[in-house]
Amino acid sequence: MKSKRPSLPVSYRLAVTSRVLAAAGGGYLVAALASVCISLLSPMTRAEAVVSGMMLSFVFYLLAVIWCFACRTAWQAWGGLLGVSLVLGAIDGVAYWMAH
Amino acid sequence: MKDGFRQSMAWLHTWLGLTFGWLLFAIFLTGTLAYFKDETSHWMQPEMSVRPLDPQASVTGAQAYLQKNAADASRWFISLPDAREPALSVMWQAAAKPGERGKFVEKLLDPQTGEEVQTRASSGGEFFYRFHFQLQMPHPWGRILATLAALVMFIGLITGIITHKKIFKDFFTFRPRKGQRSWLDGHNAVGVLVLPFHLMITYSSLIIFMSLVMPASIIASYGKDTQTFFKEVFPASDTATPTGQPGHLLPLAPFLEQARQHWTDGRVGRLTVNNPADVNSSINVFRDGADKIAHDFGSAVSFNGTTGQLLGVTPEQPLPMAIGGSFYGLHMGHFAGPMWRWVYFIFGLASTALIGTGLVIWLGKRALKHVNGVLPFELRLVQVLNIASMSGLVVAVAVFFWANRLLPLGLAERADWEVKSFFIAWGLGLLHAVLRPGRKAWVEQLGLAALLFAAVPLLNALTTPYHLANSLAQGDWVMAGFDLTCLGSGLFLAWAAWKMQRSGHAVASTQKQRAAPISLKQELN
Repeated sequence: MKSKRPSLPVSYRLAVTSRVLAAAGGGYLVAALASVCISLLSPMTRAEAVVSGMMLSFVFYLLAVIWCFACRTAWQAWGGLLGVSLVLGAIDGVAYWMAH
Repeated sequence: MKDGFRQSMAWLHTWLGLTFGWLLFAIFLTGTLAYFKDETSHWMQPEMSVRPLDPQASVTGAQAYLQKNAADASRWFISLPDAREPALSVMWQAAAKPGERGKFVEKLLDPQTGEEVQTRASSGGEFFYRFHFQLQMPHPWGRILATLAALVMFIGLITGIITHKKIFKDFFTFRPRKGQRSWLDGHNAVGVLVLPFHLMITYSSLIIFMSLVMPASIIASYGKDTQTFFKEVFPASDTATPTGQPGHLLPLAPFLEQARQHWTDGRVGRLTVNNPADVNSSINVFRDGADKIAHDFGSAVSFNGTTGQLLGVTPEQPLPMAIGGSFYGLHMGHFAGPMWRWVYFIFGLASTALIGTGLVIWLGKRALKHVNGVLPFELRLVQVLNIASMSGLVVAVAVFFWANRLLPLGLAERADWEVKSFFIAWGLGLLHAVLRPGRKAWVEQLGLAALLFAAVPLLNALTTPYHLANSLAQGDWVMAGFDLTCLGSGLFLAWAAWKMQRSGHAVASTQKQRAAPISLKQELN
């Protein structure tokens, strides 16, 4: 991959940049939303659930980053993260609304 | 990406490793040195004499000192000396308005006399420990950057495992003296051999700062009242509120024994006293962190400071906190005795080597195409940063130790000058790497580091009375061990410099023959 670098088109570089942004920013969003999901839904005391959510969040970050670089196109990377974020966000919203 | 899953992961592994490798190398090397934090401090402040441990006397001395110097503080912290840390440390937090953070002051006392210790000013091993997660940056940016680096390391490890499919088969095929391929075999071997350690140390560093970098769930569950979260997780940090009426604090020493009765076979690590001058004062007695692997920040036995009444014993940690505490405890290795401490040190060096070999492979593979030895700008940049971040850092560590012995004892801000020497040496290492051709820069810096490390015992003998013969005769194994470890490191670095020098000649003659077989493996890495 790298060996062809001097001749790589701009579109390829933009796609890589896009994936990096998706992985860093979108990955963080997925991880944070997943941690909230765990903390609000797991049947433990409040503090225990929050600690569990935070500890596991990094696994979701990892999976999100792998997704961003494993899928076929950069658009797909964004789309997947957006979809997961919407689902997690909806669950979080409902759980938050029920808890308050 | 357009190729298969494994190729994509190999690509990610390669580029994450390159962009964060230099920072990760520094974090892992200084973090590894921090496993001998107390031992390093002992060598750097040799005037601190080792006393027989007497917790009762230490606490009485500390209380007298604090009563005299910090009677109106909002909190006192007393850390008892132990087998590794001979000094009695007292710290206090000045009283502050609500919502503000009072300033902390720390002093080291002689555990026998309770007087301030007169020792050379030095940052000691604490410097490496602080640097490895704060990176000499203002709070909290260093911690955030270090945690980001840990996340990259975590992703790098997982993608490395995915890339490397024949992980155990390849492990038994080390092909020495094959240039680039030996580096790859070494990278794989050192990665697989202590893989559980790499994963543990990396994931635990994420957990240690998780409430700093991933606070969404705290906010979702506690709203603005995040203090409540910390009080629930660390019950003993819940401090009594001062009433404003002056009180008389009871002697602290008897509470050590009272607290110990609540633990089976436990030692006291430290005490905190909240509002020591107030009628509503409280005493928290904490267990020694070295007692067990799982670390429990919040576990304490609490007493009222004026009546002596037992206020409470922190219950056992719930499971999630115990898991987090175990990760923390495993990362810090407080529980480790001398043998396990050495295992930690060697494993830490293995992680550092994993990162270093990765950086060397990245460049080596791309440099092969430039047989004439002239690298294009971007490869030359990587080469310079490789040299400065690895051999330059090792030189800087040695310079840090030399500064401790050579800077005048009366120098103002002496401890800061030690740290400045470290960074000046590191900067000069970068400059040297820019000015000299690649391999010569490696050889010269490794050679200099070898000389500086190997001469540490000599330097110590010339500048202090604590030389090797003396420390061996007195059975001061920490002092002798430090000298000998430096000597050993010097010999190892000399060997590395010699290898680098020799392989330079070999590469020049066989570069063309080698280039062909390597390219077969290239697509995967």
